[in-house]
Amino acid sequence: MSEITIQNLSRRNFLQGAAGLTLGVCLPLSAQATFVLPDAARIEPNKRFEPNAFLRIGTDNSITVISKHLEMGQGTYTGLATIVAEELDADWASVRIEGAPADASRYNNLLWGPAQGTGGSTAMANSWMQLRKAGASARAMLVAAAARQWQVPVAEITVAEGVVRHAASKRKARFGELALAAANEPVPESVSLKDLKNFRLIGKHVPRKDSAAKTDGSAQFTQDVQLPGMLVALVAHSPRFGGKVASFDDSVARQIAGVVDVVQIPQGVAVLARDTWSAKKGRDALTVQWDDSAAFKLGSDEILASYRELAKQPGAVARRDGDAETAFASAAKVVRASYDFPYLAHAAMEPMNCVMQLSSDGCEVWNGEQFQTGDQYALASVFGLKPDQVKLNMLFAGGSFGRRANIHSDYLIETAHIVKAIGGRAPVKLVWMREDDMRAGYFRPAFHHVLEAALDAKGTLTGWRHRLVGQSIMAGSAFEAMMVKNGVDHTSVEGASSLPYAIPNLTVDLHTPKDIKVPVLWWRSVGSSHTAYSTETFLDEVARAAGKDSVALRLDLLAKHPRHAGVLRLAAEKAGWGKPLAAGKKGEKRGRGVAVHESFHSYIAQVAEVTVRADGSLKVDRIVCAVDCGIAINPHNIVAQVEGSVGFALSALLRGEITLKAGVVQQSNFHDYSLLRLDEMPKVEVHIVPSAEPPTGIGEPGVPPVAPAVANAIAAATGKRIYRLPLAGQDLRG
Amino acid sequence: MITLNINGKQRALDVAPDTPLLWALRDGAQLTGTKYSCGMSLCGACTVHVDGAAVRSCSTPVSTVVGKRIRTIEAADADKVGQAVQAAWRKLDVVQCGYCQSGQIMGAISLLQKTRKPTDAQIDEALQGNLCRCATYVRVRAAVHEAAKQLGV
Ligand code: FES
Ligand code: FES
Repeated sequence: MSEITIQNLSRRNFLQGAAGLTLGVCLPLSAQATFVLPDAARIEPNKRFEPNAFLRIGTDNSITVISKHLEMGQGTYTGLATIVAEELDADWASVRIEGAPADASRYNNLLWGPAQGTGGSTAMANSWMQLRKAGASARAMLVAAAARQWQVPVAEITVAEGVVRHAASKRKARFGELALAAANEPVPESVSLKDLKNFRLIGKHVPRKDSAAKTDGSAQFTQDVQLPGMLVALVAHSPRFGGKVASFDDSVARQIAGVVDVVQIPQGVAVLARDTWSAKKGRDALTVQWDDSAAFKLGSDEILASYRELAKQPGAVARRDGDAETAFASAAKVVRASYDFPYLAHAAMEPMNCVMQLSSDGCEVWNGEQFQTGDQYALASVFGLKPDQVKLNMLFAGGSFGRRANIHSDYLIETAHIVKAIGGRAPVKLVWMREDDMRAGYFRPAFHHVLEAALDAKGTLTGWRHRLVGQSIMAGSAFEAMMVKNGVDHTSVEGASSLPYAIPNLTVDLHTPKDIKVPVLWWRSVGSSHTAYSTETFLDEVARAAGKDSVALRLDLLAKHPRHAGVLRLAAEKAGWGKPLAAGKKGEKRGRGVAVHESFHSYIAQVAEVTVRADGSLKVDRIVCAVDCGIAINPHNIVAQVEGSVGFALSALLRGEITLKAGVVQQSNFHDYSLLRLDEMPKVEVHIVPSAEPPTGIGEPGVPPVAPAVANAIAAATGKRIYRLPLAGQDLRG
Repeated sequence: MITLNINGKQRALDVAPDTPLLWALRDGAQLTGTKYSCGMSLCGACTVHVDGAAVRSCSTPVSTVVGKRIRTIEAADADKVGQAVQAAWRKLDVVQCGYCQSGQIMGAISLLQKTRKPTDAQIDEALQGNLCRCATYVRVRAAVHEAAKQLGV
């Protein structure tokens, strides 16, 4: 990765404040590859209109939108195509979507500088103006071509649903008929964009384009790729992070029908077979002796105990307002709480996998590709290629939640080593079984938080101290220099250092232990996955101590943050905050709790209603959500993302926990890392704040408020405060 | 060689008898709509029908389904119930990443074949073993009701 120069482009580029991943990677010119699009061959180059990198219009009226972002469930393909089709005035039914090749010169994420990739809920935010212009300029060229052909003024031409019309002369043409002529028109230097009120697709219910393929089995995931002569590889991995192969015996494995080869790679021992089941039998028949001399051997209990020790000392300052020390010294009352958060696995339903083929001119990859630029560099360095010789085919991903955008390209590099070990003689599909995926690390880091609040005699919040201890996601990556400032990895403290409440004296500091070698990564909502919990449950406790209502106190402290206050008011109103909850059955206790949090420039408030049953078990009954993510491109999809975020967050809150014993991950499959089930899904109501602000993300921001809202509801029901996640095994009866 | 009746066709597959039906379908018959996710009957992603009943193909050795009718997501539209389920799924935009959805749909078809107007509790019972990491559950439930409505009683 040494060729990459990194600079922070976040402030210059776009929204104020750093998002989860707002970074820039400056590429040498050699990285600016162009690849022939796989589909380009279908329509001959002289039979289509390709006004820009994001759009092709065929003489057959087909409209192909090129998506630079991965579709991993968030509705990205549909959303991006909607933006283009809106300004193009295309017929939505003729729009199809194709994944872009790896080419950072055309397809970089504008919020990541010149790097191509998907994440941080940035797909719509960074593409909004780019794709509106792409659609509008193509429309202008079609109109110019029509005006020239018909000898009429441009201003008299109208366009609707893929048809260009001149009313006075009763002439009309579909886009396809004008495509070739439009291709000869100059690309306009500037275009006017639609007024919001004239949107016909944006803000309406536009159905997902991937629904048909995902309901008839035809959608192509990496798992589904079959190439001629392809071998399936399963790998025996070290049970401990940092363990190496000391020796292995493959004599039994090699006798299994279908097994073709066994190779040692830096990640372990790979068995290659003609099919997946034979590879699995082969892999399970290996005996491997591991050299654990350099392996990480601590357990998660010991890790958290060491974090609690560290928390006794001041850490690197992430934010300092006023003078917290004095505020605490003169406080009438101090509230204090500490919190433990476990490691969490992404556990996408499609375990990690990758298909790779080496040829004389480079390497070709089929993958749910989430971080093109980083992966190109990583693979190029394994093979001794130039990054632009790494061709990446972006397929649907069966979920990711951050896992497939790995700054260390872990599973891609593993595949590359297997391909290299067999001399590139066959295409290889790396398949991770669920157990491999669960134990491979790159978890949401475990964290310990300590919070203290100072109240004066009137119960006013005068001071706030928040200390966090946990591993850095960015440390050791190519982004460390840019994302870690003064000892503070922004992704460790986001949501805590950006606390919106008006508290005059406030300190946030951080310890980043360097000796914990558990691989960690962003996990849907990144730092906010723990900071929203500690800040929003602690503030609730403070409200109780000050004798104030949870919503009223927040609104008092949010005078300068109208978008936070807006969603909070809306959620409270829709949930009937302040009105009594319907009583539960005999022995049941019911409660309502609230949380509000901004992440990735989107604002969400949630009110949870829960029932704690007589036996101490929990039922989350209903979650009312109010969302402000700027202009709602696809409200139906925003609702889906928030519903899904609620379920994702509840899995973690209820049972999500990866533990280690002597360095070995204890969980392996869904019986011991169990996900939320259908019967546990609460009612979810989503209300969207009308907005004319540019659109921001919705893939992640629904996650952070869920756990604190539910925990606050439990406290309201039984008085029990939850300081350790998950809830499993804790008595909630207060 | 083992011969299976898959989606109404006899298919001769070169797989070992202990091979789970899942891998025989995916790697042998090239029917990749049926998904692997856990391999231990814990998630439902691999759900197919064997003689009309929903089974977890990851834990069903091919030797046990010889001579039985196997139906996969690729033949979901082979009857009215399957068509109604697919239409409801599309109408309500149920899918997100889509990886679990073949299993959800095969589970839903099996439920509606037995129970034309399922209650929430019956939907819970039939589909709670079908995990969805994207948590599309609100819409899965709504789409089963929608399909039931389309089918009439
Ligand atoms: S893969 Fe068969 S139940 Fe999960
Ligand atoms: S739609 Fe993604 S796992 Fe269900």
